[in-house]
Amino acid sequence: MIDYAIIVKDMSHEFSKKRVLNKITFQVEQGEIFGLLGPSGAGKTTLIKILTGQLHQNSGYSQLLGTDTNCLGAKEYKQIGVMIDNFGLYERLSVYSNLAFYADIYHVSKSKIPDILKSIGLYDAKNIAVLKLSKGMKNRLSLARAFMNDVKILFLDEPTSGLDPVTTREIHDILIEQKKKGVTIFLTTHNMFEAESLCDHVALLNQGNIIEFGKPADICRKYNHLNRLQIMLKNGVNVELENGSKAALSIKEYLEQDMIETIHSTEPTLESVFIELTGRGLNEYGKYDCYI
Amino acid sequence: MGNMIAIFKKQVKETWKNKTVFIQFIMFPILTVIMNYAIQIEGMPKNFFVNLFATMYIGMTPLISITAIIAEEKEKNTLRVLMMSNVKPYEYLLGVGSYIWFVCMMGAVVFCIVGEYQSKEAVIFLIIMTIGILASLLIGAAIGTCSKTQMMATSITVPVMMIFSFLPMLSLFNSTISKIARFVYSEQVSIMINQLENLHICFTDILIIIINMLIAFSFFVIAYKKCGLS
Repeated sequence: MIDYAIIVKDMSHEFSKKRVLNKITFQVEQGEIFGLLGPSGAGKTTLIKILTGQLHQNSGYSQLLGTDTNCLGAKEYKQIGVMIDNFGLYERLSVYSNLAFYADIYHVSKSKIPDILKSIGLYDAKNIAVLKLSKGMKNRLSLARAFMNDVKILFLDEPTSGLDPVTTREIHDILIEQKKKGVTIFLTTHNMFEAESLCDHVALLNQGNIIEFGKPADICRKYNHLNRLQIMLKNGVNVELENGSKAALSIKEYLEQDMIETIHSTEPTLESVFIELTGRGLNEYGKYDCYI
Repeated sequence: MGNMIAIFKKQVKETWKNKTVFIQFIMFPILTVIMNYAIQIEGMPKNFFVNLFATMYIGMTPLISITAIIAEEKEKNTLRVLMMSNVKPYEYLLGVGSYIWFVCMMGAVVFCIVGEYQSKEAVIFLIIMTIGILASLLIGAAIGTCSKTQMMATSITVPVMMIFSFLPMLSLFNSTISKIARFVYSEQVSIMINQLENLHICFTDILIIIINMLIAFSFFVIAYKKCGLS
């Protein structure tokens, strides 16, 4: 039997008669990385607020670690770590003081802090005021604060938004490390590549509706309408073949003649799937936030 | 209780670094020391500057400080993270409020020393200061709670603070203002401080302060229900 860390059933929520979430249903397995994908204004942060007990849904049911999210108490909160989009760090305090403060709040020993700082590569910056840190360093500190409590679930709201590829990779490594420890990670993002490379399951959220749910590879395969193979030959010629037994002979011939540079399938990316389902790209929505 | 102490300790650490709030704490005590020893005019009431600045301190410092701290935490999302970390709103407010009360009382001790109040007078003076600071904290907490940003908080705090801190001073010069100011807690506090040597508290004065505090508390409850802390 699968253990679910999060169960959401027929959940709806409205702000001033505007429906932000519309009868959404999904589950998150324990120990997996789950990605909630959607443009700005899709309802991602509202969903995190409901799941962390900050907001009560208008209708439907949601459960976190076996407890109704409307009834989360101290026991459940000790098992939740949250990293929100704009840090929530005390900028005048040092890196160490920020974690020391949260060690007091979480009732955990401050002796853990040096090890945590080493694990996120901020040990040398421990006495620097947060104000002076780069965005990537703030993100890592925010992440460290979220998991310093030995949590079972991490909620991360766009953890790599606006970061360079190297820092993004470092944060991904930290998340994978947490996953290996058995932590369930619920992250929101509009970075499709992040979702494809990190997440075990994803849900595509658009205007309060879940329009697709599943493993990233399965979703891409599902929308692979072309079902073709694209072969780039060493002489620069591109060849497209039907993805089937008939293509085998041609590929065999190319291979025998050592002519193949690359072979790709025509599977769409998650972004292409999103565009196909909604008619618009994920990043386009940011421009129209005020209308959503 | 643990969370409240953690918030108190965090605020103490930030005291020197949060210049906006730090200036509020030290401005009036320093001004009092300077003015009290630098300006000696014949016929001037005893402890004129101590009483004047103590009243202004009550009307200004706790109000601006708590508003600034709450509004900043809201704007920078630190309060939201705290709420998600199982910190109860009352724990946060008590942590911040007790810190401001504590620092303001240190300022009150400075007024006490400069005013050369003796034991009984000093105790009564500190009790009066505590009452005034608590009333201002309630008003400030209400403003901070309903403000989404620091800018919004400042635009509400400045006129409110001016009413409470300047009315007692203006009432010295104008009898009409004095009649109106009588219904404001800071004026009552000012009257009590001025009568410290021969304090005669009547029921109406206490009632006015209690009503002021109840109104401030009601405002806070309404602001909290409408806007919440995070």
